[in-house]
Amino acid sequence: MSDQAMAPGAGLAGAFTDDKAAQARYLAHQRHLLWRKRILPIVAIAGLIFLWWASVEAFDIKPFIAPSPVAVVQTIIAKFGLLMTNLLPTAIEAILGFILGNVAAILIATAFVQKKTMEEAFFPVAVMINTIPVVAKAPILVLLLGNGMEPKIAIAALICFFPTLVNMTRGLRDVNPQALELMKVLSASQSEIFFKIRVQNSLPYLFSALKIAASTAVIGAIVGEWIGSTNGIGALIIQATYNFDSPLLYATIAVGSTFSAAFFGVITYAERRILKWNVGRAV
Amino acid sequence: MTVQATAVRQMPPTPAAAPQTAGTAIDCRGITVRFTTERGTVTALQDVDLQVAAGSFITLLGPSGCGKSTLLRVVADLIEPTAGSLTVLGDKPSVARERRDIGFVFQDAALLPWRTALQNVTLPLEVGGGDKRPGNRDPRELLALVGLAGWEDAYPHELSGGMRQRVAIARALVSGPKLLMMDEPFGALDEITRDRLNEELLDVWAKTGVTILFVTHSIYEAAFLGQQVLLLAARPGRVRELVPVTLPEPRRLPVRETVEFVQLAGHLRRVLETC
Repeated sequence: MSDQAMAPGAGLAGAFTDDKAAQARYLAHQRHLLWRKRILPIVAIAGLIFLWWASVEAFDIKPFIAPSPVAVVQTIIAKFGLLMTNLLPTAIEAILGFILGNVAAILIATAFVQKKTMEEAFFPVAVMINTIPVVAKAPILVLLLGNGMEPKIAIAALICFFPTLVNMTRGLRDVNPQALELMKVLSASQSEIFFKIRVQNSLPYLFSALKIAASTAVIGAIVGEWIGSTNGIGALIIQATYNFDSPLLYATIAVGSTFSAAFFGVITYAERRILKWNVGRAV
Repeated sequence: MTVQATAVRQMPPTPAAAPQTAGTAIDCRGITVRFTTERGTVTALQDVDLQVAAGSFITLLGPSGCGKSTLLRVVADLIEPTAGSLTVLGDKPSVARERRDIGFVFQDAALLPWRTALQNVTLPLEVGGGDKRPGNRDPRELLALVGLAGWEDAYPHELSGGMRQRVAIARALVSGPKLLMMDEPFGALDEITRDRLNEELLDVWAKTGVTILFVTHSIYEAAFLGQQVLLLAARPGRVRELVPVTLPEPRRLPVRETVEFVQLAGHLRRVLETC
């Protein structure tokens, strides 16, 4: 019987010697690496903010050109209510657009994989729509869908759509050919092949796309609000710019970015939970 | 050394679980396979005749492009032959496949990375109506049979190459097939692991009574495992010689040091050089 064929405990006994001190050193080093990975980004951000504050102070930059980080923090605290009232519509638009765009992309990718004709006919159309810049799509959609949340949701959806379509099509299609031969040997039905092989295979690709979409959906909603909107992060950015209220402009941007990062974090967490088998290979 | 004194060939012990032990398992007559690509038509197999007795172990040896893997895929109903007739266990290959009489072990194990070892072995019972077949075996018992008790919940990326192939073998056996197609299953493994798995495969063969077709690039593997070695020549792929192996059974690795084995390997090598 081979060593590798034994139960894990029994197999490890031969391969590893018991050296408590070395083990402790190794674990301490691993903890050190983990903390370094957590702390370094915080130190870097704090350093950059300090540099920003120091430059504003040292060169006596006027607040309407670039506000000091202190002023931005003060604005966030003072106008917290205003910022949150404006974050709410943007968040709703981004999340609904995210869901709509990704669901549409997943369904169309499924259709593409099932019917090659569909892909040949409609993929070039998707590419063409994707080449139109967001700022050009926005007015068209406002004209089509009015002044409410709908055009913003549509822009967020459109911006999410393409990366997910491309990744999902690839994930559903690029299956190990031997896995497909295996399913044929097992006389599996088309739906069994789809759900047990293709869908599972596509999940890492899908999550890569969703992580991109999480931040671009927020951008889409904000760009949508630039055109004919009275509330939302995008509208607040425009108002603050026209009023030369740069502390408010920076505060608004900080709130929008924080939301975007949190959205990304949620998707990353979901990926870790759902793709346990892919942990370590996930980007 | 466990060389037996008798030269009489022994059939492997056949348990009650495998009723199909007598007769012909595979009957190929004039099998020809052609593929057409943009560079022209390739004849992968030309006029292949092969009769395989139930319960036997045949190794397929030949240079690259001789159609070894193609022949396996024709028998397993993965490729339709261009010409010729073929029966597997007395029926068309598709019928045998739908009955789950055929197990297939691929070159790179082809485990599904999102499934644990046990879930991979269970897959054949979940698809193609495989759950209610009388020949089904207990996946946990099969993992133990291939020496992986205790590894049920490990994901493929946590297993070594040899362990992955063991899982693939357990998966191929779970529906209780009468035929096992093995396409260079140990080709990517280191030599020590390969030797060990060769011996263990002979044990599995003896315990299950399954008929095995085994493709390999290794002369030694072909001679050690097979009751017969089917030598194929390339371009076009055709049968060159069916070499009987008269080494005593059950075989253990030291048999490779006997004069008989060395002479057999030498013969295989000389024929292979002209293929």
